[in-house]
Amino acid sequence: MIEIKNLSKDFAAIRAVNNISFSVGKGEILGFLGPNGAGKSTTMRMITGFMPPSAGTIRIGGFDIIKNSLEVRKQIGYLPENAPVYPDMKVIDYLNFCGQIRGFTKAALKRRVENTIEKCFLTTVKQQIINTLSKGYKQRVCFAQSILHDPPYLILDEPTDGLDPNQKYEVRRMIKEMSREKAVIFSTHILEEIQDVCTRTIIIAKGSIVADDTPAGLLKRSDLYGSVSLTVENADSNEITNCLNQIKGVETTTIISDENEIVRLQVYPETKDTPITDKVMAAALANNYQVKSIYMEQGRLDEVFRTITT
Amino acid sequence: MRLNESFRNIKAIQKRELYGYFGSPVAYVFIVIFLLLMGFFTFNISNFFEAGQADLNNFFQWHPWIYMFLVPSIAMRLWAEERRLGTIELILTFPVTIAEVILGKFLAAWIFIGIALSLTFPMVLTVSYLGNPDLGAIFCGYLGSFLMAGAFLSLGSMTSSLTRSQVISFVTAVVGCLFFILAGYPPVTAILSGWAPIWLVNLVSNLSFLSHFISISRGVLDLRDLVYYLSVISFMLFVNAVVLQSRKAA
Repeated sequence: MIEIKNLSKDFAAIRAVNNISFSVGKGEILGFLGPNGAGKSTTMRMITGFMPPSAGTIRIGGFDIIKNSLEVRKQIGYLPENAPVYPDMKVIDYLNFCGQIRGFTKAALKRRVENTIEKCFLTTVKQQIINTLSKGYKQRVCFAQSILHDPPYLILDEPTDGLDPNQKYEVRRMIKEMSREKAVIFSTHILEEIQDVCTRTIIIAKGSIVADDTPAGLLKRSDLYGSVSLTVENADSNEITNCLNQIKGVETTTIISDENEIVRLQVYPETKDTPITDKVMAAALANNYQVKSIYMEQGRLDEVFRTITT
Repeated sequence: MRLNESFRNIKAIQKRELYGYFGSPVAYVFIVIFLLLMGFFTFNISNFFEAGQADLNNFFQWHPWIYMFLVPSIAMRLWAEERRLGTIELILTFPVTIAEVILGKFLAAWIFIGIALSLTFPMVLTVSYLGNPDLGAIFCGYLGSFLMAGAFLSLGSMTSSLTRSQVISFVTAVVGCLFFILAGYPPVTAILSGWAPIWLVNLVSNLSFLSHFISISRGVLDLRDLVYYLSVISFMLFVNAVVLQSRKAA
């Protein structure tokens, strides 16, 4: 359990993190989302004990990060931003070093390192100098370091930054797989990752938490959520708008485009949780409109993100 | 239990650091230049052969000056490099204390300089072949030189922790080293002696690496000199820790 209470951090006159509180339990993957400079990395640096907080407390697995720093750090795996690793070492030697620091020796060390190398798909490059690797591999080496000791708490600062789509997919899959026995916090500014991986999302802007919700809950905040996108052929846009507006439960209809007799419309319900797709469909059929496509919007995270962070 | 863990951590860090030296050209360039300079100054400037003496005074007297430039070049990367690469964030969030990391890194650099210093052994062979030197004095000279290198190194490690720029780290370390060498020189003490109380003048001149080194390299192994070097090293590494603790992310 990671418990954060009233955490703040000041840099001279600037307040980078302002009185944030949240907790993350086992099995949870917390997505930490926010614009650049919102205080994500600073928060993570405090959680990992790299920076002392200006105010507030952090308890991890029951230990205080200041009073029992070493105990806490033993239980954390940390992937800092930009995945820093020693460039002049071989992958396997670097991981051996990390394993030794974590207290593994001899056979146990060897087994751990070999396992982790396999898990992170580093087998083909394990004898290479890290400096000669591509960004994606470096990222994975640093990621390997963070999971080497199988820590119950994983703090990952932009783990998929700079990876190609396949590698991103792999890293996400690994995070999801490991999360069953771990509490994971990971920061990102890639919105699809939130939907794909997280069980819960915290959005932080200008140092404060502006949203703490499940990805689905966040989507519901979208203006588009629950509205119906409708595309019809051979229709007059004004006529169909009037027709749709008369349906019970419809708040308003807007025309998205009207080209070559193909009309795209967005139909908004009066209350977001009452689906209107069936009624819109029925009305369209009753008036002999040729429906090309119809679907209910699930909401868009980028829109939600923009509304609450600006 | 905790002590064992400390030793284990210091050893792991020290091993990694040494690995880092020999994994890059730094080590080889340093050793070659160190040996070339030692040879040049001893034979060409001090005219070792013409002096006709079976001792290594002409060799040891150059050590402070060569260390002044070369030790900061090793020390400058100790922390500035970690800051630049961002690896400082990992090493300081591993379950190790700051003291362990500092000692591990310091010992690695010190051992490395020790390796370079020990490669000057042909000097000892030469002088033993030519005459009948006082091997005790030579041993003391090496010991003093090694301790002095440690003191320079601790100063460099401290300045390296202040900045992410290796250049700034190098220059401040060289100036600091120069101060510690010159502190006992008459021109420097003269600046002070005009107005400062005599105890301060004595204090500053006693701070000089040189006066302590000269007495050791003459074969006089005085406990005070040992204590002096070890306290300089401890003090500098302590400041190093304070700096790191307060400016981790700088």
